[in-house]
Amino acid sequence: MNKILAGLLFGLILGAIDGATAWFYPETHSMIGGILVGSSIKGMLVGLLSGWFAHKVQSTKWGIALGATLGLLFAFLVVLMQHEHYLAIMMPGFVTGAIIGFLTQRTGAPSLAAKREA
Amino acid sequence: MDLNDAVIDHLRQVAALPDLTGTRYELESEIGRGGMGVVYAARDRQLDRRVALKVLDSALAGEAQLIAHLEHPAIVPIYETGVLPDGRAFYAMKLVAGARLDQHLAGAPSLGERLRVLRRVGEALAFAHARGVIHRDIKPQNVMVGEFGEVYLMDWGVEAVAGTPAFRAPDDRLSQLSDVYGLGALLRFMLPASAPPALRAIADKAMRADPAVRYPDAPRLLADIERFQEGLAVEAWSEPLWHRLRRFASRNAVLLWLLAAYAGVKFLLFFLRNL
Repeated sequence: MNKILAGLLFGLILGAIDGATAWFYPETHSMIGGILVGSSIKGMLVGLLSGWFAHKVQSTKWGIALGATLGLLFAFLVVLMQHEHYLAIMMPGFVTGAIIGFLTQRTGAPSLAAKREA
Repeated sequence: MDLNDAVIDHLRQVAALPDLTGTRYELESEIGRGGMGVVYAARDRQLDRRVALKVLDSALAGEAQLIAHLEHPAIVPIYETGVLPDGRAFYAMKLVAGARLDQHLAGAPSLGERLRVLRRVGEALAFAHARGVIHRDIKPQNVMVGEFGEVYLMDWGVEAVAGTPAFRAPDDRLSQLSDVYGLGALLRFMLPASAPPALRAIADKAMRADPAVRYPDAPRLLADIERFQEGLAVEAWSEPLWHRLRRFASRNAVLLWLLAAYAGVKFLLFFLRNL
Protein backbone atom coordinates (compact mmCIF):
# COMPACT_ATOMS: atom_id res chain seq x y z
CA MET A 1 0.00 0.00 0.00
CA ASN A 2 1.08 3.56 -0.70
CA LYS A 3 2.48 5.21 2.45
CA ILE A 4 0.46 8.38 1.99
CA LEU A 5 -2.75 6.37 1.64
CA ALA A 6 -1.75 4.29 4.68
CA GLY A 7 -1.16 7.53 6.63
CA LEU A 8 -4.59 8.88 5.66
CA LEU A 9 -6.24 5.60 6.69
CA PHE A 10 -4.43 5.29 10.03
CA GLY A 11 -5.01 9.00 10.70
CA LEU A 12 -8.73 8.63 10.03
CA ILE A 13 -9.12 5.54 12.25
CA LEU A 14 -6.94 6.72 15.14
CA GLY A 15 -8.31 10.27 14.93
CA ALA A 16 -11.86 8.92 15.11
CA ILE A 17 -10.97 6.66 18.07
CA ASP A 18 -9.28 9.56 19.86
CA GLY A 19 -12.32 11.75 19.23
CA ALA A 20 -14.67 9.00 20.40
CA THR A 21 -12.98 8.92 23.82
CA ALA A 22 -14.58 12.31 24.44
CA TRP A 23 -17.74 10.31 25.12
CA PHE A 24 -16.37 9.59 28.59
CA TYR A 25 -16.93 13.29 29.40
CA PRO A 26 -20.72 13.88 29.68
CA GLU A 27 -20.48 17.60 28.85
CA THR A 28 -19.26 16.72 25.33
CA HIS A 29 -22.23 14.48 24.44
CA SER A 30 -24.08 17.31 22.67
CA MET A 31 -21.13 18.00 20.33
CA ILE A 32 -19.70 14.50 19.90
CA GLY A 33 -20.41 14.53 16.14
CA GLY A 34 -18.33 17.66 15.61
CA ILE A 35 -15.53 16.30 17.81
CA LEU A 36 -15.45 13.04 15.84
CA VAL A 37 -15.27 14.81 12.48
CA GLY A 38 -12.70 17.37 13.69
CA SER A 39 -10.52 14.73 15.33
CA SER A 40 -10.71 12.50 12.22
CA ILE A 41 -9.66 15.40 9.96
CA LYS A 42 -6.82 16.26 12.37
CA GLY A 43 -5.68 12.61 12.28
CA MET A 44 -5.86 12.51 8.49
CA LEU A 45 -3.74 15.65 8.18
CA VAL A 46 -1.10 14.18 10.50
CA GLY A 47 -1.32 10.89 8.55
CA LEU A 48 -0.98 12.63 5.19
CA LEU A 49 2.17 14.51 6.21
CA SER A 50 3.65 11.55 8.09
CA GLY A 51 2.93 9.31 5.11
CA TRP A 52 4.64 11.74 2.76
CA PHE A 53 7.64 11.89 5.12
CA ALA A 54 7.74 8.08 5.40
CA HIS A 55 7.70 7.84 1.62
CA LYS A 56 10.81 10.04 1.49
CA VAL A 57 12.70 8.98 4.64
CA GLN A 58 12.86 5.46 6.08
CA SER A 59 13.46 5.97 9.80
CA THR A 60 11.13 4.76 12.54
CA LYS A 61 12.71 7.14 15.05
CA TRP A 62 12.22 10.24 12.91
CA GLY A 63 8.78 9.06 11.80
CA ILE A 64 7.64 8.89 15.42
CA ALA A 65 9.23 12.27 16.20
CA LEU A 66 7.58 13.98 13.23
CA GLY A 67 4.19 12.34 13.87
CA ALA A 68 4.29 13.40 17.53
CA THR A 69 5.26 16.98 16.60
CA LEU A 70 2.52 17.23 13.98
CA GLY A 71 -0.01 15.72 16.38
CA LEU A 72 0.96 18.25 19.02
CA LEU A 73 0.85 21.14 16.52
CA PHE A 74 -2.60 20.32 15.13
CA ALA A 75 -3.95 19.67 18.62
CA PHE A 76 -2.61 23.10 19.64
CA LEU A 77 -4.41 24.69 16.67
CA VAL A 78 -7.65 23.04 17.83
CA VAL A 79 -7.10 24.31 21.39
CA LEU A 80 -6.46 27.84 20.08
CA MET A 81 -9.99 27.84 18.71
CA GLN A 82 -11.58 27.22 22.13
CA HIS A 83 -8.96 28.31 24.71
CA GLU A 84 -9.67 25.43 27.11
CA HIS A 85 -8.91 21.74 27.70
CA TYR A 86 -5.25 22.29 26.73
CA LEU A 87 -3.96 19.08 28.33
CA ALA A 88 -6.99 16.96 27.44
CA ILE A 89 -6.55 17.70 23.73
CA MET A 90 -2.80 18.21 23.29
CA MET A 91 -1.46 15.21 25.25
CA PRO A 92 -3.51 12.53 23.46
CA GLY A 93 -2.92 14.37 20.15
CA PHE A 94 0.83 14.15 20.76
CA VAL A 95 0.75 10.39 21.41
CA THR A 96 -1.74 9.68 18.59
CA GLY A 97 0.56 11.55 16.21
CA ALA A 98 3.49 9.42 17.38
CA ILE A 99 1.48 6.23 16.71
CA ILE A 100 0.49 7.45 13.23
CA GLY A 101 4.13 8.34 12.51
CA PHE A 102 5.24 4.87 13.59
CA LEU A 103 2.58 3.07 11.56
CA THR A 104 3.35 5.00 8.38
CA GLN A 105 6.98 3.95 8.70
CA ARG A 106 6.06 0.31 9.17
CA THR A 107 3.49 -0.07 6.39
CA GLY A 108 3.45 0.66 2.69
CA ALA A 109 6.32 0.91 0.25
CA PRO A 110 8.89 3.72 0.58
CA SER A 111 10.38 5.49 -2.42
CA LEU A 112 13.43 3.90 -4.08
CA ALA A 113 15.62 6.75 -2.81
CA ALA A 114 14.44 6.15 0.77
CA LYS A 115 15.18 2.43 0.39
CA ARG A 116 18.69 3.19 -0.85
CA GLU A 117 19.37 5.58 2.05
CA ALA A 118 18.08 3.04 4.59
CA MET B 1 75.87 -39.87 13.39
CA ASP B 2 73.98 -42.47 15.45
CA LEU B 3 70.60 -43.57 14.20
CA ASN B 4 68.70 -42.96 17.44
CA ASP B 5 64.87 -42.80 17.70
CA ALA B 6 64.71 -39.02 17.18
CA VAL B 7 66.70 -39.21 13.97
CA ILE B 8 64.58 -42.10 12.68
CA ASP B 9 61.37 -40.16 13.46
CA HIS B 10 62.73 -37.15 11.64
CA LEU B 11 63.66 -39.26 8.61
CA ARG B 12 60.18 -40.82 8.62
CA GLN B 13 58.58 -37.36 8.64
CA VAL B 14 60.80 -36.11 5.83
CA ALA B 15 60.10 -39.23 3.78
CA ALA B 16 56.34 -38.69 4.21
CA LEU B 17 56.53 -35.16 2.84
CA PRO B 18 55.49 -34.89 -0.79
CA ASP B 19 58.17 -34.41 -3.39
CA LEU B 20 57.26 -31.18 -5.19
CA THR B 21 60.08 -31.41 -7.74
CA GLY B 22 58.93 -30.15 -11.10
CA THR B 23 56.11 -28.07 -9.64
CA ARG B 24 56.04 -24.34 -8.96
CA TYR B 25 55.45 -24.91 -5.23
CA GLU B 26 57.74 -24.91 -2.21
CA LEU B 27 56.53 -26.79 0.86
CA GLU B 28 56.14 -24.83 4.12
CA SER B 29 54.24 -26.92 6.64
CA GLU B 30 51.41 -29.40 7.12
CA ILE B 31 48.14 -27.71 8.08
CA GLY B 32 45.63 -30.53 8.15
CA ARG B 33 44.72 -34.11 7.33
CA GLY B 34 41.50 -35.31 5.82
CA GLY B 35 40.06 -38.65 4.79
CA MET B 36 41.47 -38.35 1.29
CA GLY B 37 44.80 -36.60 1.76
CA VAL B 38 46.97 -34.07 3.53
CA VAL B 39 46.83 -30.29 3.20
CA TYR B 40 50.05 -28.27 3.29
CA ALA B 41 50.84 -24.59 3.32
CA ALA B 42 53.12 -23.91 0.36
CA ARG B 43 54.59 -21.01 -1.57
CA ASP B 44 53.86 -20.48 -5.23
CA ARG B 45 57.30 -19.41 -6.54
CA GLN B 46 55.94 -18.12 -9.81
CA LEU B 47 53.37 -15.75 -8.34
CA ASP B 48 55.13 -15.30 -4.99
CA ARG B 49 52.09 -16.06 -2.88
CA ARG B 50 51.11 -18.59 -0.26
CA VAL B 51 48.67 -21.32 -1.23
CA ALA B 52 47.11 -24.41 0.32
CA LEU B 53 48.25 -27.58 -1.38
CA LYS B 54 46.17 -30.70 -0.99
CA VAL B 55 48.03 -33.89 -1.82
CA LEU B 56 45.61 -36.77 -2.36
CA ASP B 57 46.33 -40.30 -1.20
CA SER B 58 45.61 -41.64 -4.66
CA ALA B 59 45.90 -40.57 -8.24
CA LEU B 60 42.25 -39.50 -8.26
CA ALA B 61 41.80 -35.80 -8.84
CA GLY B 62 38.00 -35.94 -8.99
CA GLU B 63 37.70 -33.79 -5.88
CA ALA B 64 39.53 -30.91 -7.56
CA GLN B 65 37.41 -31.16 -10.69
CA LEU B 66 34.33 -31.26 -8.51
CA ILE B 67 35.25 -28.06 -6.64
CA ALA B 68 36.53 -26.33 -9.76
CA HIS B 69 32.97 -26.43 -11.08
CA LEU B 70 31.68 -24.65 -8.00
CA GLU B 71 32.46 -20.96 -8.14
CA HIS B 72 30.91 -19.50 -5.01
CA PRO B 73 32.12 -16.99 -2.37
CA ALA B 74 31.88 -19.68 0.32
CA ILE B 75 33.78 -22.35 -1.64
CA VAL B 76 37.58 -22.13 -1.78
CA PRO B 77 38.72 -21.52 -5.36
CA ILE B 78 41.06 -24.04 -7.02
CA TYR B 79 44.14 -22.54 -8.70
CA GLU B 80 45.71 -25.57 -10.32
CA THR B 81 45.78 -29.36 -10.36
CA GLY B 82 48.70 -31.63 -11.08
CA VAL B 83 50.46 -34.94 -10.44
CA LEU B 84 53.52 -35.41 -8.21
CA PRO B 85 56.55 -37.48 -9.33
CA ASP B 86 55.29 -40.33 -7.09
CA GLY B 87 52.00 -40.40 -9.03
CA ARG B 88 49.82 -38.80 -6.37
CA ALA B 89 47.44 -36.08 -7.52
CA PHE B 90 47.51 -32.64 -5.91
CA TYR B 91 45.69 -29.39 -6.24
CA ALA B 92 46.54 -25.85 -5.17
CA MET B 93 43.86 -23.62 -3.73
CA LYS B 94 43.49 -20.35 -1.89
CA LEU B 95 45.09 -20.43 1.56
CA VAL B 96 42.45 -19.18 3.97
CA ALA B 97 43.83 -17.30 6.95
CA GLY B 98 41.44 -17.76 9.83
CA ALA B 99 40.09 -20.34 12.22
CA ARG B 100 38.22 -23.59 11.87
CA LEU B 101 34.60 -23.32 12.99
CA ASP B 102 35.18 -25.27 16.20
CA GLN B 103 38.04 -22.89 17.05
CA HIS B 104 35.91 -19.87 16.05
CA LEU B 105 33.15 -21.01 18.42
CA ALA B 106 35.64 -21.20 21.29
CA GLY B 107 35.62 -17.38 21.21
CA ALA B 108 31.92 -17.49 22.23
CA PRO B 109 30.54 -15.47 19.30
CA SER B 110 27.01 -14.06 19.50
CA LEU B 111 24.01 -16.08 18.33
CA GLY B 112 23.67 -13.72 15.37
CA GLU B 113 27.27 -14.42 14.32
CA ARG B 114 26.75 -18.19 14.68
CA LEU B 115 23.67 -18.03 12.48
CA ARG B 116 25.48 -15.84 9.94
CA VAL B 117 28.20 -18.48 9.58
CA LEU B 118 25.65 -21.28 9.31
CA ARG B 119 23.70 -19.40 6.66
CA ARG B 120 26.84 -18.93 4.58
CA VAL B 121 27.53 -22.68 4.82
CA GLY B 122 23.90 -23.38 3.87
CA GLU B 123 24.11 -21.04 0.88
CA ALA B 124 27.23 -22.82 -0.38
CA LEU B 125 25.45 -26.16 0.02
CA ALA B 126 22.33 -24.93 -1.77
CA PHE B 127 24.53 -23.68 -4.61
CA ALA B 128 26.34 -27.02 -4.90
CA HIS B 129 23.10 -29.02 -4.70
CA ALA B 130 21.66 -26.95 -7.54
CA ARG B 131 24.60 -28.22 -9.60
CA GLY B 132 24.10 -31.79 -8.52
CA VAL B 133 27.07 -31.89 -6.12
CA ILE B 134 26.76 -33.10 -2.52
CA HIS B 135 29.30 -32.42 0.20
CA ARG B 136 29.04 -35.71 2.19
CA ASP B 137 31.12 -34.59 5.16
CA ILE B 138 29.72 -31.46 6.80
CA LYS B 139 31.39 -30.90 10.17
CA PRO B 140 32.93 -27.96 12.08
CA GLN B 141 36.44 -28.98 11.03
CA ASN B 142 35.46 -28.47 7.39
CA VAL B 143 34.25 -24.90 7.86
CA MET B 144 36.75 -22.05 7.95
CA VAL B 145 35.99 -18.54 9.17
CA GLY B 146 38.43 -16.04 7.70
CA GLU B 147 40.00 -12.99 9.31
CA PHE B 148 37.42 -10.71 7.71
CA GLY B 149 34.42 -12.87 8.54
CA GLU B 150 34.40 -14.76 5.25
CA VAL B 151 33.15 -18.33 5.54
CA TYR B 152 34.34 -21.31 3.51
CA LEU B 153 32.97 -24.82 3.32
CA MET B 154 35.96 -27.06 2.61
CA ASP B 155 36.76 -30.69 1.87
CA TRP B 156 34.10 -31.42 -0.68
CA GLY B 157 33.46 -35.11 -0.60
CA VAL B 158 34.24 -37.71 -3.16
CA GLU B 159 32.61 -41.12 -3.38
CA ALA B 160 34.98 -42.72 -0.88
CA VAL B 161 34.08 -40.31 1.94
CA ALA B 162 31.03 -41.27 3.95
CA GLY B 163 31.04 -38.49 6.55
CA THR B 164 31.92 -38.08 10.22
CA PRO B 165 29.75 -40.19 12.59
CA ALA B 166 28.31 -37.36 14.74
CA PHE B 167 27.31 -35.40 11.63
CA ARG B 168 26.50 -38.28 9.29
CA ALA B 169 22.93 -39.01 8.28
CA PRO B 170 21.72 -42.57 8.93
CA ASP B 171 20.74 -42.84 5.27
CA ASP B 172 21.35 -45.94 3.18
CA ARG B 173 22.22 -43.83 0.15
CA LEU B 174 23.84 -40.42 0.48
CA SER B 175 21.91 -37.60 -1.17
CA GLN B 176 21.20 -33.89 -0.78
CA LEU B 177 19.01 -34.82 2.18
CA SER B 178 22.08 -36.29 3.89
CA ASP B 179 23.70 -32.86 3.58
CA VAL B 180 20.54 -31.30 5.05
CA TYR B 181 21.03 -33.67 8.00
CA GLY B 182 24.69 -32.58 8.25
CA LEU B 183 23.66 -28.91 8.17
CA GLY B 184 21.18 -29.59 10.98
CA ALA B 185 23.89 -31.37 12.98
CA LEU B 186 26.21 -28.41 12.38
CA LEU B 187 23.48 -26.02 13.60
CA ARG B 188 22.97 -28.11 16.74
CA PHE B 189 26.74 -28.11 17.35
CA MET B 190 26.89 -24.33 16.91
CA LEU B 191 24.00 -23.45 19.22
CA PRO B 192 24.89 -22.25 22.71
CA ALA B 193 23.23 -23.88 25.73
CA SER B 194 20.86 -20.91 26.02
CA ALA B 195 19.64 -21.19 22.40
CA PRO B 196 15.92 -20.56 21.83
CA PRO B 197 13.73 -23.68 21.41
CA ALA B 198 12.76 -22.59 17.88
CA LEU B 199 16.37 -22.99 16.72
CA ARG B 200 16.70 -26.37 18.43
CA ALA B 201 13.51 -27.45 16.67
CA ILE B 202 15.01 -26.41 13.31
CA ALA B 203 18.10 -28.54 14.00
CA ASP B 204 15.90 -31.45 15.12
CA LYS B 205 13.74 -31.27 12.00
CA ALA B 206 16.82 -31.28 9.77
CA MET B 207 18.20 -34.29 11.67
CA ARG B 208 15.15 -36.55 11.52
CA ALA B 209 16.14 -40.17 10.87
CA ASP B 210 13.54 -40.41 8.10
CA PRO B 211 14.75 -38.23 5.21
CA ALA B 212 11.15 -37.74 4.05
CA VAL B 213 10.30 -35.61 7.10
CA ARG B 214 13.47 -33.48 7.03
CA TYR B 215 13.58 -30.14 5.25
CA PRO B 216 13.43 -31.07 1.57
CA ASP B 217 16.46 -28.91 0.78
CA ALA B 218 18.98 -26.46 2.29
CA PRO B 219 17.11 -23.30 1.18
CA ARG B 220 14.02 -24.41 3.15
CA LEU B 221 16.15 -24.83 6.27
CA LEU B 222 17.75 -21.42 5.70
CA ALA B 223 14.32 -19.86 5.18
CA ASP B 224 13.24 -21.18 8.58
CA ILE B 225 16.34 -19.65 10.20
CA GLU B 226 15.58 -16.36 8.46
CA ARG B 227 12.02 -16.50 9.78
CA PHE B 228 13.42 -17.00 13.29
CA GLN B 229 15.75 -14.02 12.88
CA GLU B 230 12.86 -11.83 11.72
CA GLY B 231 10.83 -12.80 14.79
CA LEU B 232 8.34 -14.91 12.81
CA ALA B 233 7.02 -18.40 13.57
CA VAL B 234 9.25 -21.19 12.26
CA GLU B 235 8.02 -24.18 10.25
CA ALA B 236 9.76 -26.67 12.53
CA TRP B 237 8.07 -25.73 15.80
CA SER B 238 4.43 -25.38 16.80
CA GLU B 239 5.01 -22.90 19.57
CA PRO B 240 2.80 -22.64 22.67
CA LEU B 241 0.40 -19.68 22.97
CA TRP B 242 2.45 -17.86 25.63
CA HIS B 243 5.50 -18.03 23.39
CA ARG B 244 3.51 -16.73 20.43
CA LEU B 245 2.32 -13.78 22.56
CA ARG B 246 5.83 -13.06 23.76
CA ARG B 247 7.13 -13.12 20.19
CA PHE B 248 4.32 -10.78 19.12
CA ALA B 249 5.17 -8.41 21.99
CA SER B 250 8.86 -8.40 21.16
CA ARG B 251 8.16 -7.82 17.44
CA ASN B 252 5.76 -4.98 18.19
CA ALA B 253 7.37 -3.54 21.31
CA VAL B 254 7.43 0.07 20.06
CA LEU B 255 3.78 0.02 19.03
CA LEU B 256 2.74 -1.57 22.33
CA TRP B 257 4.69 1.08 24.26
CA LEU B 258 3.00 3.85 22.26
CA LEU B 259 -0.45 2.34 22.86
CA ALA B 260 0.36 1.99 26.56
CA ALA B 261 1.45 5.64 26.60
CA TYR B 262 -1.86 6.65 25.00
CA ALA B 263 -3.85 4.61 27.52
CA GLY B 264 -1.73 6.09 30.35
CA VAL B 265 -2.34 9.64 29.16
CA LYS B 266 -6.08 9.07 28.88
CA PHE B 267 -6.21 7.43 32.29
CA LEU B 268 -4.18 10.24 33.87
CA LEU B 269 -6.42 12.94 32.35
CA PHE B 270 -9.54 11.12 33.48
CA PHE B 271 -8.08 10.68 36.97
CA LEU B 272 -7.00 14.35 37.25
CA ARG B 273 -10.42 15.54 36.11
CA ASN B 274 -12.17 13.54 38.83
CA LEU B 275 -9.86 14.72 41.63
